Amino acid sequence: MKGYSIFSLARHAVGRHKNWPRAWRDPEPRPAYDIIIIGGGGHGLATAYYLASEHGLSNIAVVEKGWIGGGNTGRNTTIVRSNYLWDESAHIYEKSLVLWESLSQELNFNVMFSQRGVLNLAHTLQDMRDVYRRSNANRLNGIDSEVLTPEQIKQIVPIINTSPDARHPILGASFQPRGGVARHDAVAWGFARAADRRGVDILQNCEVTGIIRENGHVKGIETTRGQIMANKVGVVAAGHSSVIANMAGIRMPIESRPLQALVSEPIKPVLHTVVMSNTVHGYISQSDKGELVIGAGVDGYLGYGQRGSFSTIEHNVAAIVELFPIFSRVRMMRQWGGIVDVCPDASPIISKTPVKGLYFNCGWGTGGFKATPGSGWVFAHTIANDEPHPLNAPFNLERFVSGALIDEHGAAGVAH
Amino acid sequence: MLLINCPWCGLREETEFSCGGEAHIVRPLQPEALTDEQWADYLFMRKNIKGDQREQWYHSGGCRRWFNAERNTVTYKFGVTYKPGDPAPGDDS
Repeated sequence: MKGYSIFSLARHAVGRHKNWPRAWRDPEPRPAYDIIIIGGGGHGLATAYYLASEHGLSNIAVVEKGWIGGGNTGRNTTIVRSNYLWDESAHIYEKSLVLWESLSQELNFNVMFSQRGVLNLAHTLQDMRDVYRRSNANRLNGIDSEVLTPEQIKQIVPIINTSPDARHPILGASFQPRGGVARHDAVAWGFARAADRRGVDILQNCEVTGIIRENGHVKGIETTRGQIMANKVGVVAAGHSSVIANMAGIRMPIESRPLQALVSEPIKPVLHTVVMSNTVHGYISQSDKGELVIGAGVDGYLGYGQRGSFSTIEHNVAAIVELFPIFSRVRMMRQWGGIVDVCPDASPIISKTPVKGLYFNCGWGTGGFKATPGSGWVFAHTIANDEPHPLNAPFNLERFVSGALIDEHGAAGVAH
Repeated sequence: MLLINCPWCGLREETEFSCGGEAHIVRPLQPEALTDEQWADYLFMRKNIKGDQREQWYHSGGCRRWFNAERNTVTYKFGVTYKPGDPAPGDDS
């Protein structure tokens, strides 16, 4: 299978693009593998890829109940940033951001990573204090961050309403120029293709129905395509983490909630950066196709239904129109929900478990997409060495017993 | 919009309510006797059921009273709602 390049593009143009080889195989499950990854989203595929590329392992299967990238990977608002308050979070998200910066070259797949900058708006005096604190914390951790005045915000985003008469006036913002957006489907496809080329089997339409254990050690999985054995199993099942954990007899501190997003009809380029607001609960960017991509806060109740309440969307759109009155008559095209796995401290779990050989990577809540490469990178290390990497050691499952929580609620500048 | 049956007020719109998560978690009667693991289990660990789940709901925009509800977390359809202290449906105790 040849790499993608300008030459292959030219060659296939001559053949009217009819002979492109498929990007990854569709193999039958083998009876056994060294490692099984449950969940074929961005994080799971990234884990398989880094197990192959960083640790030289290739006897790996990724099992996915639907199609790859069909869950939260294809349902998020594609924002990438690393401006988190606490050291533990800042380090892991910054590792991820550094991986993003060379990901297209690494995977030989254009993930359309666009560092157009991310603005986190502040609307109250307490917001401003938080912005200064977080921005200073970021700079101490070597992460680019600036505090902007309303005038400076207006220069970057001329269409934003900075009027002091607004219901929630904009007092300032933090700005991370290295933040941005990426093409979410391409991330799943890029990791899938790169992992497949290194021998990883990607098994779609293969739903896990049981975890086989023996003497406290994982031995394999039961699936809708039969039994598959492995001595190491990594679970990256996002909203369904509790369901899988239940199969293995593990209790998880996770609640699954719908998180909704919507896109508008395509319009001409009008917003060239990402704008987020915690206070009014909305975030927005414009895709390369011209659609406005709008994200809401999580819905008020637990749910697995991949859709949420209209009232949440209503609240969200009201916030966006307040920030951008010019968008008041833009028509929305699509709206959907993804199921996010929320931890009590709004930080992920990337950890060994009481079952030997069973590892969990979950609890990313509303902010998992930006972490895709970093999450896969540290989780591959954890599985390969049966020990966490220093970057994910604080994100263990025992922290809920020890009390060493990483409280990113609100502190992250996230609209929850 | 969902209509939720408050056991005190009757059917009201969902925006009047907030969800308080899993119901029937009993606060430890002897907190000092608990291990750290038991505390973690009480404070943080949740069933997070995919299917019918019993939950606490709060009629925050109405009578401001709590109640319990059985609800399907996939279809979001509400089953019975009942007052705190009342036995859960299907329970003999």
